[in-house]
Amino acid sequence: MNVPLSHVLAVASLLFVIGGVCAVARRSVLMILVGVEFMLTAASLAFVGGALAHGNLDGQAAAILIMGLAAAEAALGLALLVHAKRGGATADIDGYDRLGGQ
Amino acid sequence: MTALGALFYLLAAVMLAAAGLAATRRNPIHAVCCAVIAFLASGGLFAVLGAPLPGALQVVVYAGAIMVLFLFIIMLLGLPVGAGPLPAARLALPAVLGAATFVSLFVLAGADPAGRLPLPAATAAPGNVGAVLFGDYWLAVEAVSILLFAALAAVLLLGKAKRNPTDGGKPA
Repeated sequence: MNVPLSHVLAVASLLFVIGGVCAVARRSVLMILVGVEFMLTAASLAFVGGALAHGNLDGQAAAILIMGLAAAEAALGLALLVHAKRGGATADIDGYDRLGGQ
Repeated sequence: MTALGALFYLLAAVMLAAAGLAATRRNPIHAVCCAVIAFLASGGLFAVLGAPLPGALQVVVYAGAIMVLFLFIIMLLGLPVGAGPLPAARLALPAVLGAATFVSLFVLAGADPAGRLPLPAATAAPGNVGAVLFGDYWLAVEAVSILLFAALAAVLLLGKAKRNPTDGGKPA
């Protein structure tokens, strides 16, 4: 391989930071979800690199579990967005400032 | 440098560039297409790191299912389309915070001297991964299946929410 674990972790943390910046800087609900998906992928990448470094398969199992989590999160987040759009809301996160009521 | 190592850096560069483009495009369709490229490259990265099963699942689940769902929702809802990258002023503060996070993560990752050793070239057979997943982690697999079922029920509930005639026509 010739790739040290620290380089894998550096790539994963860079992807995590890109996802975090995407989740914080964007106003569209959809792009916030994309940023969260990037952060989850970065965590999976760190898990897979750790599995290779430690020579066991626990990290790969964790990466597969993270994928199931991300699928549930994306489905529910997008359904909430469709529900909100149907109720007349926009996809702009600035409009989401109520816990209840309207 | 071995071929696998070169492939790792190539795929990492493609993934990070596509993720950076996805984070800054204002047109949501362009952003999601860049995200698909990033997820495809991350599937390749998983395969290079000796994890063909998570790599294949990454391509099938993320790039094939989740991101297509995102594209479908964008086209269904007709989200407003902007052009070009985000204004730099809005990115400035998150970028500073992100850079600080990256530096601290990098210092933490580099603090371990064992992390500087080259990784071995190994490939895990999908059957062995499945044995670990359903052997040691059966409880987590069950928890994820219950989570997916709960998400399915919630999506059905949200999708079927009827308009309430006593509430001024607002959805229930």
